[in-house]
Amino acid sequence: MELKNRTIRQAFFKSIPVLAGYVVLGIGFGILMRDAGYGVLWTAAMSLFIYAGSLQYVGVGLLAGGASALTTAITSVMVNARHLFYSISMIDKYKDAGKYKPYMIFALTDETYSLLCDGMTPSGVEPNQYRFLVSLFNHSYWVAGSIIGSLLGAVLPFSTEGIEFSMTALFAAAFTEQWLTTRDHIPALTGLICTLLCLVVFGRDNFLIPAMLLITLVLTLLRGREEGRV
Amino acid sequence: MKSALLIATMSIVTIFLRFLPFVGFRNETPKYVSYLGRVLPPAIIGMLVVYCLKDITPMAAPFGIPELLAAACVVGVQAWKRKSLISILTGTIVYMVLVQGVF
Repeated sequence: MELKNRTIRQAFFKSIPVLAGYVVLGIGFGILMRDAGYGVLWTAAMSLFIYAGSLQYVGVGLLAGGASALTTAITSVMVNARHLFYSISMIDKYKDAGKYKPYMIFALTDETYSLLCDGMTPSGVEPNQYRFLVSLFNHSYWVAGSIIGSLLGAVLPFSTEGIEFSMTALFAAAFTEQWLTTRDHIPALTGLICTLLCLVVFGRDNFLIPAMLLITLVLTLLRGREEGRV
Repeated sequence: MKSALLIATMSIVTIFLRFLPFVGFRNETPKYVSYLGRVLPPAIIGMLVVYCLKDITPMAAPFGIPELLAAACVVGVQAWKRKSLISILTGTIVYMVLVQGVF
């Protein structure tokens, strides 16, 4: 019991940085859906069953514009292709997750990934329970934010302008921590430089997939380097 | 009804993408995939940092100054305190003050 409480507490602490960002982005999504004429049930259903922020934002336009199922499917693949990468790097870490595994895979968003991808868990917690709970807390923030946005919309009494930066801050903090805890900075630099290069070459709307391909290519070519050293 | 179909499509495609590597490599993870699993996380986090900063305009006001200042705060506080919660909070507050009050 003591172990369980500790696991819940540690998972909640870990998820707090995502709390603000997901509630704010979720509210933004709820407002967009309401403006497009979709009520709270549609909004909640999307956040529950799709649970992928950028696709849901794009999805508002697809729904409102009456896109075809094929267009929707292709768009979903394009926007969410990066999730293949998240899953590839979690195969070994989620290997023994048992009954928690299907949900943990379903709920592997950018933010959850950035919290769990270093593979570390606090001492004294059951790792799979902990990862499951972090995933579940984040999902609940996202659904709650969407519902709040759909119901309350523009009546929020204070300016939250700029609070969406918490997502950027989350990734920047994860990047710094990775940098400080590893000696080999080549993968991190590969990610930064390849993405910057693709941003300049392909423009801000089309650079993500070329960046992922280039990162994979460069890391593949660098593989010999690592094997040579070990 | 059409909307329900589209939402189901988005949901199924996303689930498919998230599960594919786990199902495809469920028996034995090839060495190459394990290698990617080890080196991809720092690379992808780097990619996401750039992705979040993609909308800044280096050639026009405010020249991305609020984003870069706030991001520098996050990196600095993280390196100093090693607590993500503190560095994220500091960076976000700095950014909100900058965009609401300064720029």
